[in-house]
Amino acid sequence: MNTIRNVFVKEVTDNFRDRRTLMSALLMGPLFGPILFAFVINLSVKQSLSDSSEALDLPVIGREHAPNLIAFLESNNINIIDGPETREEAIAAVGNGDRDVVIVIPETFGKNLADMIPATVEVITDQANTQAERETRRATHALRDYAQELAVMRLSLRGVSPLVMRPLNIDEVDVSTPSGRSAILLGMLSYFFIFALLTGGMNLAIDATAGERERGSLEPLLCLPVKRDDLIFGKILAACLFMAISLSLSLTCFHFTLKFMPLQELGMTPNFGPMVVLAAFLLLVPFALVGASLMTLVASFTRSFKEAQTWVSVVLLAPTMPILVVSILMVRPSTALMFVPSLSQHLLLVGLIKNEPLDMLHVAVSVSGTLLVGGLLTWLCARLYRREGLLG
Amino acid sequence: MIEVKGLYKSFGDIKAVQGITFAADNGRITGLLGPNGAGKSTTLRVLYTVLKPDSGSAIIDGIDVVNDSLAARRRIGTLPHGAGLYPHLTARENIAYYAKLYEMPAHTIDEAVQTVIDQLDINDFADRRTKGFSQGQKTKVSLARSLVHGPQNIILDEPSNGLDVMATRSLRALIRQLRDAGKCVLFSSHVMQEVAALCDEIVIIAEGRVAIQDSADGIRNATGCDDLEDAFVKAIGMVGNTA
Repeated sequence: MNTIRNVFVKEVTDNFRDRRTLMSALLMGPLFGPILFAFVINLSVKQSLSDSSEALDLPVIGREHAPNLIAFLESNNINIIDGPETREEAIAAVGNGDRDVVIVIPETFGKNLADMIPATVEVITDQANTQAERETRRATHALRDYAQELAVMRLSLRGVSPLVMRPLNIDEVDVSTPSGRSAILLGMLSYFFIFALLTGGMNLAIDATAGERERGSLEPLLCLPVKRDDLIFGKILAACLFMAISLSLSLTCFHFTLKFMPLQELGMTPNFGPMVVLAAFLLLVPFALVGASLMTLVASFTRSFKEAQTWVSVVLLAPTMPILVVSILMVRPSTALMFVPSLSQHLLLVGLIKNEPLDMLHVAVSVSGTLLVGGLLTWLCARLYRREGLLG
Repeated sequence: MIEVKGLYKSFGDIKAVQGITFAADNGRITGLLGPNGAGKSTTLRVLYTVLKPDSGSAIIDGIDVVNDSLAARRRIGTLPHGAGLYPHLTARENIAYYAKLYEMPAHTIDEAVQTVIDQLDINDFADRRTKGFSQGQKTKVSLARSLVHGPQNIILDEPSNGLDVMATRSLRALIRQLRDAGKCVLFSSHVMQEVAALCDEIVIIAEGRVAIQDSADGIRNATGCDDLEDAFVKAIGMVGNTA
């Protein structure tokens, strides 16, 4: 017990002085998540909001030839603005990317319309420009609507029911709910916490074997009259502490930054008050034991710090796999799934954020299942630490 | 007191140690001399219990290193080959960490640490972090941390590696000091002159076997060579012939 405490205290002191550990534990993990999350949220808000609620600025050449069409477009939330003077200028402007889309109405438009000859309207656009795609689609959509309206009027004038023109009535029923839409975003959220947690203890886990060996401090350490199990337990516990610190910082960071993210506009109303932060910490922190022991285990097979970093980075990705699968398949939480570390934390956290009541059985299974796996991995680490080959 | 009896150790097909037997007495400096790859380090590693012998035994102060490795480790202070320090801890903290792991009583630790710091004359850099220490400074701190608990047996694996003349001289002075205090000092080297200058007893090892164990004069007599270097070469040759 004394040895475990001594090793733990030494590792904590040592690593609090190590800029590399501090960077990853106190800066990288906690900040990376909120920043990336804010970025993704803002991007998707921008995407979904620009559909029709935002006015589209559309340059039109020859608007004097089609006053009714212009009035229709303006009533469809399209601002007609001044742009290139001629068709050639318009082609050049779209070609070099100054304009996304320009509409050209030729002189003959009014006459053709009156003569019942299909009147041409040119939509000048660059198909290769993906940014322009949405605006082009809106412009052509509005023009089709106008054409449809004219057609209906013409038929009515001739005493034909406009329904003749609509043999099919296609109705899309969208059953997606705001919370369902946010499932993938929430999956991201819980992964950020697990990521922050893991990066916090990464250096310590590597140091326990690969680092000590490379520095030459492992052999003298093993010459001491202490049990190797106690050495490894102390080191894993220290890694757990750094993971817990990193996790709590990350949660706190999200608590403050989520207020500044336009989540309501996406139909998400995440519940991330102080109590949820505390509950999330308690739900996630058992995973630290799994993370610390798994990373230590992986690092103990490697020959150098660099090699260990490469392999341990793979461990950083491992917890995403179950989360990803579940996010795509939209699996509902069940007691059986609570035995899977990282997945159970994810499911519980998503429920928590969605303001659903916590199933205490699920919590109990998640915590004990995760601790069990962590304990097993720790035992494996201790077994490996007893090997002769440890010194490499 | 260290006794090694019929030690065998192989790594796969490589037979590192093939029946080494020798003894190192209290109050004497015993040098393990041999060319690179002779089995010196493997022998020492068995002694400080990070390796288990395939057969044979090693006994430290009457304690078998295989059966009771924890107790055996309490009786020794070790400086393994290329021993490293924790760069973010000061020299004093490095030494104190080992004192704690040796389970010394908490109230005696500060004093014991200061004692070895004085003994090794490292006061100048005792409170600096060990990152960027010279090889000589590192070796002194590593040595201090393995002596902090006042062990009866001291095992040093090529301690003078990478040391300059001055550092080597002070290391020798310290080793003599430990001998005069009645400790059992066992160290390995592949440098003939060093062993000749320091040791009361020399064990020459080649190809995992003991070629000869005697004092420097005894070895000169046994091999019939006046020059110790010639004697060394001849002794190694003797192993080659019997193998």
